[in-house]
Amino acid sequence: MQGEQYLNPKRIPTIWCPGCGNGIVVHAMMTALDKLSVPSEDVIFVSGIGCSSRTATYAACDNIHTLHGRALPVATAIKLVRPDKKVIVMSGDGDSLAIGGNHLIHAARRNIDLTLIIFNNSIYGMTGGQVSPLTPSGKRGTTAPYGSIEEQFDTVKLLEGAGASYIARSGVSFFQPTVKYMKNAVSHNGFAVVEVITQCPIYYGRMNKHKSPAEMMQWQKENMVSLEKAEKMTEEERSSKILMGEFVCKEKPSYIEKRASMFKELCK
Amino acid sequence: MKKIKDIWQGAEACAYGAMKAGLDFFAGYPITPSTEIAEYLSAMMPKKGKTFIQMEDEIASIVALAGASMAGAKAMTSTSGPGYSLMQEGIGYACMVEAPLVVCNVMRGGPSTGLPTKVSQGDVMQSRWGTHGDHPAIAISPSSVQEMYSMTIEAFNLAEQYRTPVTLLTDETITHMREKIEIDPDKDPPLVRRLCPTCRENYLPYGTFVDDVPVIANLGDGYGTSVTGLSHHDDGFQTADYSISRALIERLSRKVEKHSKEIFDIEVWNEKASIMLVCYGITSRSVKALLARNKECGGGLDIGMVRLKTLFPIHEETLWNSLAHAKHIMVPELNLGQIVHEVKRIVGHQIPVSLISKTGGELINPDELCEEVVKINHAR
Amino acid sequence: MKKNKIKIHKLRCKSCGICVSFCPKKVLAQDESQRLYVLDPSECIGCNICSQVCPDFAIEVIQENEEN
Ligand SMILES: Cc1ncc(C[n+]2csc(CCOP(=O)(O)OP(=O)(O)O)c2C)c(N)n1
Ligand code: SF4
Ligand code: SF4
Ligand code: SF4
Repeated sequence: MQGEQYLNPKRIPTIWCPGCGNGIVVHAMMTALDKLSVPSEDVIFVSGIGCSSRTATYAACDNIHTLHGRALPVATAIKLVRPDKKVIVMSGDGDSLAIGGNHLIHAARRNIDLTLIIFNNSIYGMTGGQVSPLTPSGKRGTTAPYGSIEEQFDTVKLLEGAGASYIARSGVSFFQPTVKYMKNAVSHNGFAVVEVITQCPIYYGRMNKHKSPAEMMQWQKENMVSLEKAEKMTEEERSSKILMGEFVCKEKPSYIEKRASMFKELCK
Repeated sequence: MKKIKDIWQGAEACAYGAMKAGLDFFAGYPITPSTEIAEYLSAMMPKKGKTFIQMEDEIASIVALAGASMAGAKAMTSTSGPGYSLMQEGIGYACMVEAPLVVCNVMRGGPSTGLPTKVSQGDVMQSRWGTHGDHPAIAISPSSVQEMYSMTIEAFNLAEQYRTPVTLLTDETITHMREKIEIDPDKDPPLVRRLCPTCRENYLPYGTFVDDVPVIANLGDGYGTSVTGLSHHDDGFQTADYSISRALIERLSRKVEKHSKEIFDIEVWNEKASIMLVCYGITSRSVKALLARNKECGGGLDIGMVRLKTLFPIHEETLWNSLAHAKHIMVPELNLGQIVHEVKRIVGHQIPVSLISKTGGELINPDELCEEVVKINHAR
Repeated sequence: MKKNKIKIHKLRCKSCGICVSFCPKKVLAQDESQRLYVLDPSECIGCNICSQVCPDFAIEVIQENEEN
């Protein structure tokens, strides 16, 4: 398998349920790293707590599994101590947008040189299927048995407003685009985020009447459209679709660059 | 570094001590009365190419310290009551993953927002048991500007030696007051740095120990170090195995407890006195003033002092030996009674122990202390 | 002409059926106990989709020349 060298074989199979999409996100990341030829010694994986956050522990690279919601500040510090390394954060939608929401917007505002992958399974997997900030309105979770009456975040708009300089969205059914966005994110200077829509067949799927993991992935194929395709659609057609692609990709001084110039100025 | 003889603020001495100790990374969030420490460091650190970062809150600050520390940096934060409460989950994480770091908690009146600008000693037990679960704790208590310098260095040394978080438990008054300080770099203690492995073969992050302290490669050194706050194996991977989990929890506490004799530091005046005052931090200044006044007046009161420079861990035998001659022990504290319970536990079965408590944001002055001591003296 | 070798890591496969559903040539199938097997390797076009949709790093398609 491409990218196998970034995985710790002793820790596989993963704890994830059969058909859980998390492994596809991991596979895409490892493939992206392989395509970029990043030596595994040059990567540090950081994650919080959640099913998806177990990712860090499966890496053959240096890795740190932190606290629920706190991967970003830990990663920020690691990057500041080791700016020569690629620091990659793997996080769930609850981890990064609920308990870690404050850290998320501030990491974006700082434009700190990190890659963040958000595993969007629309639910809290690890704790048994409670609603998350990305649960679509009307969908069910164990703490919203009659359907969620809350609005979900639009991750892209949220991050753009907060100042992230690279933002992409993909889904696990779209492997090649996902790999491409991850490659671009890892190579990007500044705060780069890829939201990957994935499936939790065990909780989200069962509670929202999806028949199987495969059916959930087929659902993505039918309901996600690229930005290019969306352009040719009517407003109405577009409104029922989830857009995917690279939404933001801009050059702007990163935190590490700014710190370097401050140090240079002061230590003259 | 040059010799210094000056009048400094406690906060400045702390910042200077941290720089002397080799501080690489500071992350914090402003809170009275600790903010001056961060402000001093924000000016000092970038000039030495060291990272100062103001985080979005105290939770971010403490976990940033854990990350920086695991990547090899000497890391510190400063905070006060509400911020210290927010940091507790992160402090437990640092205990579990064995991240050396220093938290300077400048005590102010609590609970909650309480008395932001007033002194207190209300966080003593929080510095021991603030985070959940069984865990090691080291807390040291400076009582002068001079000690804000020397104990900050000591805090780093202890953290690095035992790979665990250390609390520098100070207070509003000591942090804000200005007094004489003398620094002679030749007299500073040697600096301690954690051990790192030198061989990648068969490397296990939690598999090699020197005196129960693991020899972990820094993140970024490419050893394949794996770190988790879950109960873990020697390879850093999670496990819920009973015997591994139990051994881990026991070792974490043991690595500190078995050195409590070396760590525990006290200052004793008039060891043979019949009334001994056990004190720490700012309160010991009032005790010392009372003892000095008593001496000047011909020593009418048979009083002595044990000042706890270390609050945790307490080496029980050392404390017992310093108090064994006493007929009565008094513990002045700026709280409703915290360290007094430790003293009672250790000597209370043989010697009566009483509390002199003051809360509300004011210091216990020597007159008030004197009154309490005289009462006991009469009763005896 | 290319021949493709489909390698299933039995210890990793969790029998989720995603690859079966996504294979465009219906090369893969599951038996009554859900175990994955290769129905007809000659149909495989080497598109690698099965490997890309597998969440458990459990299936690989190695393209080989017939001469080798
Ligand atoms: C401070 C704290 N609060 C709550 C929890 C319990 N908890 C663990 S994981 C989790 C949610 C996980 O959801 P998400 O981040 O979306 O990841 P997923 O499991 O879906 O991959 C929660 C609430 C915790 N570990 N720590
Ligand atoms: S509970 Fe859901 S998210 Fe967690 S491993 Fe199972 S399928 Fe995946
Ligand atoms: S490579 Fe393509 S055709 Fe061959 S088994 Fe996999 S999915 Fe089917
Ligand atoms: S997708 Fe992977 S885990 Fe699922 S059945 Fe196919 S090979 Fe097995």
